[in-house]
Amino acid sequence: MAFFKLLRQSPLSARIGLAMILINIAAAIFVPVIAPYSETEIVGDIWLTASKDHLLGTDHLGRDMFTRLLYGARNTIAIAFITTLLSFLVGTICGFFAATLGGWTDLTLSRIIDILMAFPTLIFALMVLSVTGTSIIALIFVIALLDSTRVYRLSRAVAMDIEVMEFVEAAKLRGERIWWLMRHEILPNAMPPLVAEFGLRFCFIFLFIAALSFLGLGIQPPTADWGGMVRENAGAITFGIFTALWPAGAIAFLTVGVNLIVDWFLHIASGLKD
Amino acid sequence: MEKLLTIKNLQIEGFSNEKWMPIVNGINLTLDRGEVLGLIGESGAGKSTIGLAAMGYTRQGCRIASGSIVFDGMELVGAPKELKRKIRGTRIAYVAQSAAASFNPAHRLIKQYAEAPIQHGLMSFAEAEKKAIDIYQRLLLPDPERIGYRYPHQVSGGQLQRAMVAMAMACQPDIIVFDEPTTALDVTTQIEVLAAIKHITEQFDMAAIYISHDLAVVAQLADRIMVLRYGNLVEEGDARELLDNPKEEYTRQLLSVRTFRKHSDQNDNDRNVILKVQNVSASYTGKEMVLEDINLKIRRGRTVALVGESGSGKSTLARVITGLLPPLQGKTIFDGKELPPALKSRDRESLRQMQMIYQMPDTAINPRHKVRKIIGRPLSFYFGMSGKEREDRIIDLLEKIELSEKYIDRYPAELSGGEKQRICIARALAANPNLIICDEVTSALDQLVAEEILKLLQRLQNDLGVSYLFITHDLATVKAISDEIVVMLQGKIVEQGEKQEILTPPHHEYTELLLSSVPEMDPDWLDNLLAERQAVQAT
Amino acid sequence: MDSLGTMVAKRVAFGLLTLIIISLLIFLGVELLPGDVAEAILGQSALPETVEAFRRELKLNLPPHIRYFTWLGDFFQGDFGTSLANGRPIADLIGWRFANTMFLATVAALIAVPVSIILGILAALYRNSLFDRIISMVTLSTISFPEFFVAYILIALLSVQLIIFPSISNINEQMSLLEKIHAIFLPCMTLTLVVVAHMMRQTRAAIINIMASPFIEMARLKGIKRMRIIVLHAFPNALSPVINVVAINLAYLVVGVVVVEVVFVYPGLGQLLVDSVSKRDIPVVQASGLIFASVYIGLNLLADVLSIISNPRLRNPR
Repeated sequence: MAFFKLLRQSPLSARIGLAMILINIAAAIFVPVIAPYSETEIVGDIWLTASKDHLLGTDHLGRDMFTRLLYGARNTIAIAFITTLLSFLVGTICGFFAATLGGWTDLTLSRIIDILMAFPTLIFALMVLSVTGTSIIALIFVIALLDSTRVYRLSRAVAMDIEVMEFVEAAKLRGERIWWLMRHEILPNAMPPLVAEFGLRFCFIFLFIAALSFLGLGIQPPTADWGGMVRENAGAITFGIFTALWPAGAIAFLTVGVNLIVDWFLHIASGLKD
Repeated sequence: MEKLLTIKNLQIEGFSNEKWMPIVNGINLTLDRGEVLGLIGESGAGKSTIGLAAMGYTRQGCRIASGSIVFDGMELVGAPKELKRKIRGTRIAYVAQSAAASFNPAHRLIKQYAEAPIQHGLMSFAEAEKKAIDIYQRLLLPDPERIGYRYPHQVSGGQLQRAMVAMAMACQPDIIVFDEPTTALDVTTQIEVLAAIKHITEQFDMAAIYISHDLAVVAQLADRIMVLRYGNLVEEGDARELLDNPKEEYTRQLLSVRTFRKHSDQNDNDRNVILKVQNVSASYTGKEMVLEDINLKIRRGRTVALVGESGSGKSTLARVITGLLPPLQGKTIFDGKELPPALKSRDRESLRQMQMIYQMPDTAINPRHKVRKIIGRPLSFYFGMSGKEREDRIIDLLEKIELSEKYIDRYPAELSGGEKQRICIARALAANPNLIICDEVTSALDQLVAEEILKLLQRLQNDLGVSYLFITHDLATVKAISDEIVVMLQGKIVEQGEKQEILTPPHHEYTELLLSSVPEMDPDWLDNLLAERQAVQAT
Repeated sequence: MDSLGTMVAKRVAFGLLTLIIISLLIFLGVELLPGDVAEAILGQSALPETVEAFRRELKLNLPPHIRYFTWLGDFFQGDFGTSLANGRPIADLIGWRFANTMFLATVAALIAVPVSIILGILAALYRNSLFDRIISMVTLSTISFPEFFVAYILIALLSVQLIIFPSISNINEQMSLLEKIHAIFLPCMTLTLVVVAHMMRQTRAAIINIMASPFIEMARLKGIKRMRIIVLHAFPNALSPVINVVAINLAYLVVGVVVVEVVFVYPGLGQLLVDSVSKRDIPVVQASGLIFASVYIGLNLLADVLSIISNPRLRNPR
């Protein structure tokens, strides 16, 4: 109810963003129904131009680009989403603990995070992947762990702002335990900034995985994923075959959509404050 | 003769909830040379908006919808920007509430003083500097020769406020708009700034618009007073006449607040003690003492007021009593039992018996909880109540704080400031406490609302026999509600005793200073006080 | 509050400590590998002699702490060990590639910093104007694009369709500065576009934040001219946040270079790092990782120190 009311007041940009996201989600869910071919099926010559049979042409092995793009949506979005969830779970719990307990817990956690954050994420990920090898599980855990440092920073800062409010002190004086404080006093008030941050982190992780796949170090073929598909077809660009731009554009399409929503959300979240 | 400033039928609108809403409704105002006009009203009365509009300025999100503002023959509504810019700072100047925020932290005071006269081409820096020193001297700033060469964060709050008054004087404007210039200050500091403002407006025969929510403060300075409410004029008149003989009910209410007095019998010294604080010393860093050797007692069903200015340690004492800050020395004895110093080691029962109410009702209740959860949580937490029993008790508590049953499903955002504070009181009552610590519970509220809250607290005490520890900097509140008074200064208790005893002379030196600094409605109060203090100094 | 000197000293000390811990992490990364490093890298089918030789190559027969200090000591003397892939000294591999990376990053920064600060200030001053809205839509899209998307669009337009700039940025020491700049034009544009979007948005936010301060309102009520308010009142206070924004984005730029180098096959450190990761050439990965980390930490350190120094309240203690 409240959501639809909010939606009715939303600006055009946010509605466009929402539509963009919905298209992607629909594609990811209904791939088997929509997709004309199977994920790794070779259906024709390589780098065919768009036609009635192959809406977006074929790729470097002669697979249908449109089909690959749909499967790519499912794989890429799912992995990015799971990674973001994991990152948030770790980041917010640690951040809330640090803010509520304070003292040594906060100091130790924050120092460790400071050091982890002083290390550029991409370089860190590359080094870890060089050791662990590239598997999807390793990818998810490494990225979630690295990214949870940013979530930690934000959720700690937000929780600190809430923690100094008197209603939290009142709950402490009542004798409430830490889980209650975190669940009932802090979390509901931290939701707006955290939701916006979830969108931003999702974009970042999504782009990050795409970049790793593009470098050949992320999701491995023959699994369809957008970053990898750009890499596979990039060589043809210099010959005037722009197949690689489809998956690259798809990545941009989704992240622009998410960013439009986040922008609107940040706007109302800041507007509600005053 | 033409008036210096004439505002006619001024309508100002503010943008909220996606539409323009009126903030100021058809206000008419005139100001003569050398006249001081007081604008008085509670929050949301539109007084600051009018003050700024007199300079042809509106804040972001506001606009002048209609009306005219004529300053010295010039129409400011719709005037070109350049004209307004040339008037501002030279002919009309502004003094804001918070000097700390209104001075640019990157520049020295004197540079900011001299900026307007130099930029408007009135003086060279050397001339401005000479004048600044003269004005600093007149405003009794310490070390006037050099204070200008400090940065804003290097001088104290009261001094900075006076430096801002000096800055407004830099071009000898025709009008100064004072926007609550003393609201953020302690009473003893407020006197200095008030005296400075009075002195300077009289000496230079300047016109001024003085904006305040405190009628007693305005009474000291204004020749004429306008009372505003919700953007409308309530009443206007000569200051003395309006104070002596208010025509409107609202003005009368504003004047009559603070008349509420508690009648306490003094002969109940033998009643048993609920809270005893013994030899408490505390510190945040372990080095500088914030509290030193504090001893105090609170008896059942009585109210002890803890008075002091900012930094006196009164809130710290509350933190020690509640266990948020374990003291370095001393103990807290509650109902005959010594409480563990740290909150963590106190049992639920002793936590239940001592409750707290805060200054800011906005931040004291969780904005994401409904009233049901705010009041209901202590009921289930301490008494294990649930279902119908809990619901009935919540409604019962709402009744006690004079709110109807339909409030149960509301969020704090749907309540007014006074209603929120009532909810806080209900939350404290839900625990059936023996002692409630009230930390500045009325200072964030408008006068009339604050009065209602005090009355409610008093009624509850009569009905339930609960004791209050009332922490406040406002002596009017103290006079109204306390049985006993404890005066604190720099972490120490300077005087304590029965209310009558403390309030009748002879006082301790500091108590005297505090008591005498509270503005009274009498327009001659400030002059008399300053004359008195001078006389004392002379002898 | 601490004095300026101690604050800066503390920050620098923390930076150094971070660097040491990072070097430890980089070193220990190899140790943490489950099972034997040598076998894991060479595969299970490798001959025992080969594995043994490989272990000696990695100095795995020495105790870890000795290896760490030797490695670190050698690193600071410019001896980065030898590559596993081709047996050449890593210093030779890295040297000129690092210079190339810094060249690309510097040129991009020289364009990006002034452009984004000016655009950011303009967007903040003309907030909610058409100009601001257009700029904010464009930058919002640009930060949503992956770097390689921007890169391939530029290639498609300027290299394939118009044939103005090369799509492969090969440079060597014989080229003149102008030739070099022509060669790196597209990667440089890509980096600039991406970084400008971030930096401009943050600059705009910082300026808007300052412009909302009461002291700016006070200056306006003193009748000070708009230009003077911006230069004398807003700027000194915006300096600290803006410097922070710039330095953080420079750090981002140095790392963001990796993807761009791969797209344009630019002979830089990032390209080398990515190649070595796929070849699992651990010593090269360690060395280039440590170099990237040092530059990144150094820039962040610089950001913090500069913003401490440019904060007027800290510069003039009580």
